[in-house]
Amino acid sequence: MLQMVVCVKQVPDTAEVRIDPRTNTLVRAGVPAIINPFDAHAVEAAVRLKEKYGGRVTALSMGPLQAEEVLRRALGMGADRAILLTDRAFAGSDTLATSYILARAIEALSRETPVDLVFCGKQAIDGDTAQVGPGIATRLGFTQLTYCMAIDAVDLEQGYIQVQRKLEGKREIIRGRLPALLTVVKDLNELSYLSLPALIRAALATITTWNKDNLDLDPAQIGLKGSPTSVRRIFAPPARPGGEIIPGEPRAAAATLVARLVQMKIIADK
Amino acid sequence: MPADTANTGYRGVWVFIEQVGGEVAPVSWELLGAGRQLADALGVELAGVLLGQGVAGLVTEAWAYGADKVYLVEDPVLGPYRTAPYARALVQLVKEYKPEILLLGATSLGRDLSGAVATSLGTGLTADCTSLTIDPETRLLEQTRPAFGGNVMATILCRRHRPQMATVRPRVMPMPSRQEDRRGELVRVDMAFNEAEARAEVIEIIEEKNKAIYLDRAEIIVAGGRGVGSKENFRLLEELAGVLGGTLGASRAAVEAGWLPPEYQVGQTGTTVRPKVYFAIGISGAIQHLVGMQGADVIVAVNNDPQAPIFKIATYGIVGDFREVVPALTAEFHRQLAPGPG
Ligand SMILES: Cc1cc2nc3c(=O)[nH]c(=O)nc-3n(C[C@H](O)[C@H](O)[C@H](O)COP(=O)(O)OP(=O)(O)OC[C@H]3O[C@@H](n4cnc5c(N)ncnc54)[C@H](O)[C@@H]3O)c2cc1C
Ligand SMILES: Cc1cc2nc3c(=O)[nH]c(=O)nc-3n(C[C@H](O)[C@H](O)[C@H](O)COP(=O)(O)OP(=O)(O)OC[C@H]3O[C@@H](n4cnc5c(N)ncnc54)[C@H](O)[C@@H]3O)c2cc1C
Repeated sequence: MLQMVVCVKQVPDTAEVRIDPRTNTLVRAGVPAIINPFDAHAVEAAVRLKEKYGGRVTALSMGPLQAEEVLRRALGMGADRAILLTDRAFAGSDTLATSYILARAIEALSRETPVDLVFCGKQAIDGDTAQVGPGIATRLGFTQLTYCMAIDAVDLEQGYIQVQRKLEGKREIIRGRLPALLTVVKDLNELSYLSLPALIRAALATITTWNKDNLDLDPAQIGLKGSPTSVRRIFAPPARPGGEIIPGEPRAAAATLVARLVQMKIIADK
Repeated sequence: MPADTANTGYRGVWVFIEQVGGEVAPVSWELLGAGRQLADALGVELAGVLLGQGVAGLVTEAWAYGADKVYLVEDPVLGPYRTAPYARALVQLVKEYKPEILLLGATSLGRDLSGAVATSLGTGLTADCTSLTIDPETRLLEQTRPAFGGNVMATILCRRHRPQMATVRPRVMPMPSRQEDRRGELVRVDMAFNEAEARAEVIEIIEEKNKAIYLDRAEIIVAGGRGVGSKENFRLLEELAGVLGGTLGASRAAVEAGWLPPEYQVGQTGTTVRPKVYFAIGISGAIQHLVGMQGADVIVAVNNDPQAPIFKIATYGIVGDFREVVPALTAEFHRQLAPGPG
């Protein structure tokens, strides 16, 4: 029986987020909110482990009330219950504060039944930091296994999990002690189709909400106050320079281009 | 409450020297170059931190790339990288020697380690920076980074906590020149480790550089689109990828045509890539494709339509039939990359 928690974040579909060049503010109007794509794979992984080893999957999200939607999505995918952490005092949390709040919630769940595995996405596609997973692992003292692309085995008796981590041009096979926190990449699995009955059940399910008082949090560690980093300004990225057409017939143009690239040392001599 | 540590004697700029099996991630040297400028702007020392087993030989390298001082911790437990002992070693060094800035490469290892270390220290961490400057008035580190998939840039400060920590994207900061005879100070720090605290055992590391599943980590990608016309024609792209040690990629149109399997697709519904060089061959440049590859350092477009939108964002373009241009590129790379007499 594996006790598993999956952290899911609601994010804007970032392909459509833009900066208003006059005001330098984010234009989010009309941008659809979705489940962070990596987190969907994390839910899938947990549900598959449950099918194999038995256990329970709890989906956990911190965000405004509308983040309920991503929790329903997780329930539709097979999570057993969902908890939304929502409080105005959480607003403005950076990754240090976010990992504090999520870790406290997981500790609360562990007091019911000890948690064996926590899943996070590799990173959220809005904040893009990849820092919340390691933050939670550190706070809980769990084995930290990032960039998981395969789960080879879980052995509850021996108390370990073996995974494959996706590194630069290589994969690392590593066996870590339970409890562990995994952050996952999309290669880990293919998402299953959602069945209609499951979706209906998810739509009707009750979602537990916890606020700051339910979690007995130190007010100095949450929200803006608990966040050592602050965003001084945001702006649009500089336009890509480019557009240079190399003239000449194919062979001559190819020779010029290759000479340029070789000179830039961007393609290494072998 | 993480303590307010801004004014409690934290001084100096540190760079974590990332090595695996004695091989240093080039971003570490790039960071010594960037760190040198920050240290000079602040009038403080630049130090490298080297953790591992049997890595003392790298100390002179760190001096040569600009470190005034190198902190070295060696232990068999630090041989293969595991988060817990590395994090503990780095946290202990920071607590003892108190740097005001700590930089790591935004590699898998650097991002894995930095998140753990910043949390233990209760300080701020800025992810994947592309620019670092010092505000002369406040002496604060201005950390600029892309977010929202590169659609937004943000400048982040860590005002009241030390060290100010950041990971920095590889290949953004210039590689500093190596000063052969430059020497610095070595501080060897003894710490006791035990294997159990690692909580994990590395079983095997498998090199698989040119596989499509590593597209997001590939340094050179030769991608083809509908313009390539057939599965057979992809052979020409494969040959180009072959001379460069690169990986193939594809637009959705090419995947839908069945010329390459779906894991090769680049773009909004495929993989986001950030190679050194991205070749877009017979790809028109639809926005859904561009969002997946516009982070490449250099984009080369080959297309027979001079009006193709891809040319607007390409660093270099060649207008022509790829059936002539691509083999010419392959032949030229062969010729110009051939090991010469020097
Ligand atoms: C433009 C911009 C730049 C920023 N830069 C930084 C920065 O450099 N450093 C910093 O500390 N903060 C930064 N932040 C704040 C940061 O985005 C928030 O703290 C956010 O709550 C978590 O970070 P993330 O989105 O990067 O998540 P990541 O760390 O990338 O998320 C990884 C995984 O953690 C889990 N997770 C993350 N958030 C939640 C949640 N709310 N609920 C459930 N699970 C979750 C998910 O499983 C997710 O896949 C920035 C914010 C903005 C708007
Ligand atoms: C929701 C959504 C998501 C999408 N996601 C993705 C995605 O992830 N990735 C993606 O790629 N697309 C995606 N698309 C599709 C995208 O809109 C384009 O249709 C697609 O990228 C076009 O592929 P292409 O450039 O290969 O083909 P085309 O647009 O047909 O371009 C072919 C090009 O080849 C050139 N050409 C023809 N013959 C030659 C020759 N002999 N020599 C040289 N050049 C030649 C032509 O001039 C033309 O520019 C998505 C679309 C939607 C709606």
